Amino acid sequence: MDPVREDKSPAVETRTVIGPGYDYASVTDKIAAIVLTRGTPKWWWTGFALTFVLVMMLFYAMSYLFVRGVGIWGIRIPVAWGFAIINFVWWIGIGHAGTLISAILLLLRQDWRTSINRFAEAMTLFAVACAGIFPLIHVGRPWLAYYLIPYPNVMKVWPQFRSPLVWDVFAVSTYATVSLLFWFVGLIPDLATLRDRARNRAAQVIYGVLAMGWRGSAVHWHRHELASLLLAGLATPLVLSVHTVVSFDFAVSVVPGWHSTVFPPYFVAGAIYAGFAMVLTLSIPIRKLYGLEDFITMRHIDNMAKVMLATGLIVGYGYMMETFMAWYAGSRYERYMMLDRMTGGYAFIYYALILCNIIAPQFLWSKRVRSKVGAVFAVAMFVNVGMWLERFIIVVQSLHRDFLPSSWGMYYPTRWDWATYVGTIGLFLALIFLFIRFLPMISIFEMRTLVSPSAASPRVRLKEMRT
Amino acid sequence: MPARRHPLYGLMAEFDRPEDLLAAAKRAYQEGYRRLDAFTPLPVEGLAEAVGFHKSRLPLIVLIGGLVGCVGGFSLQYYGMAVNYPLNIAGRPLNSWPAFIPITFEMTILFSALSCVFGLLALNGLPTPYHPVFNAPRFELASRDRFFLVIKARDRKFHPEKTKQFLAELHPKDIADVEA
Repeated sequence: MDPVREDKSPAVETRTVIGPGYDYASVTDKIAAIVLTRGTPKWWWTGFALTFVLVMMLFYAMSYLFVRGVGIWGIRIPVAWGFAIINFVWWIGIGHAGTLISAILLLLRQDWRTSINRFAEAMTLFAVACAGIFPLIHVGRPWLAYYLIPYPNVMKVWPQFRSPLVWDVFAVSTYATVSLLFWFVGLIPDLATLRDRARNRAAQVIYGVLAMGWRGSAVHWHRHELASLLLAGLATPLVLSVHTVVSFDFAVSVVPGWHSTVFPPYFVAGAIYAGFAMVLTLSIPIRKLYGLEDFITMRHIDNMAKVMLATGLIVGYGYMMETFMAWYAGSRYERYMMLDRMTGGYAFIYYALILCNIIAPQFLWSKRVRSKVGAVFAVAMFVNVGMWLERFIIVVQSLHRDFLPSSWGMYYPTRWDWATYVGTIGLFLALIFLFIRFLPMISIFEMRTLVSPSAASPRVRLKEMRT
Repeated sequence: MPARRHPLYGLMAEFDRPEDLLAAAKRAYQEGYRRLDAFTPLPVEGLAEAVGFHKSRLPLIVLIGGLVGCVGGFSLQYYGMAVNYPLNIAGRPLNSWPAFIPITFEMTILFSALSCVFGLLALNGLPTPYHPVFNAPRFELASRDRFFLVIKARDRKFHPEKTKQFLAELHPKDIADVEA
């Protein structure tokens, strides 16, 4: 049931976080219908089938890896990190936008986050799932990866708690757990809505079990809001810490190009940058395909583009300071590393990265560009590619020329590297397809708080919580 | 009134707008009813207070969880690195506490978040496999666009007829008996 749309002028469209004419019932029905009654569209089957093929390719590449070992990849000394770590850092970074939207923007009371928050959180979970695969399969003997967890063992050895690689295990597993919990807590009231709306017995039972008997009691809501705020407060420092710890994997070592104090803030900004690019990449097609232009309005696209521009500038500042410090610090190895970055074997990747990460987002200064969905999508794609190239430069270019010329060497990815990488993109998209089909991709109860049925009624809103 | 097969859980009044429900809940509380509950499709500011709820223990639970994670996380590392398997590397201190901070921090967050979510579920009594309010005929709208006030039969002031009369004075859309 679509509401009347006559009064939708472009001026209104760019400001509002929800289209006109909605009330509690129509917001609920429109989002619930995507899952319950609208059926499975053809494009869903096509998309899911394609991405499922990629998932199978990932399984194939991983099975072959388990049989033959990491030698099937292009990693050789001196470049022992290769695609696995590039992809790990890239995926983890993409996840960060979801937490930023769900936690930090909640604390800052940005009501425009409401309609993209559930979706971005799901993206976080799936990106972290993809990220987690890489270090596990990169350790060489993945069946012994549990050695990273401190547990009482007959060998009486411990993980080296002073190593950033072990910090990473804790940071990423905590991040995955907290993101899942936060996402699920937000889902409970919406699962109850689906339970009450579902007409098919299986759906009623499944959503009913997942909703755990949620009934919208005032006291329950009170605690639910309190828990959401507390989780947001916990997730905010957590998300900043995760990419900081990831950057420690590099910065704590002495490799020229890695040993740098600018890494933590610049990694966090890069993560948010990449994450917003991915949110835009996914939400632009989905809002079109499901006709959700009233919920994910031009204001959302505009705001996300602005966040992308701002974080992109921070990343640009990071590049600038890296270059400046390489010259100013007076270390010949640092200086050579930077010279090689600009003129060496991987220079073309460096310039592609400058084009994608620094030049492309500058178009977002223009309001006209930001108001064209296609243009914003194109910039977001540039940023997706650019942030991957950045990690390639950091991981590969820094390692391939370190202190001793006798240990220099080039790194070339093999088809197995590509198969694994593209396979995780398939896994990510396949999970997104399943998510939009089976769960409400927009938080229904939070959308209800945005609609006021009569002009006289005050907006019901998350306000100061008195506890 | 038709004969009921089950005892009465309470009386349920249905409202269209959150403001009406909030006003009704406040009236009922003033009237002396204490066993109240309200059901809404979205959080309504002040409603929990109106039905007589004041202080949540959730923040305390989260604080305790966070402290347990913090102390536990640090102790784990201290025990492993300084007590159980000390490695003397050029005489560097075994209790190298700055290097233990990241994991201590992550464990603090992890335990706080886990206690927050499980505390929320426990305090709300979820999962609840059966609850009488779902017996009310129109209650499924509580997750869509309707606002419900329930006065429970356990309330000392509850009287099947008088309470129903009182609810009717609040001009609800509908009043229903809720069977236990």
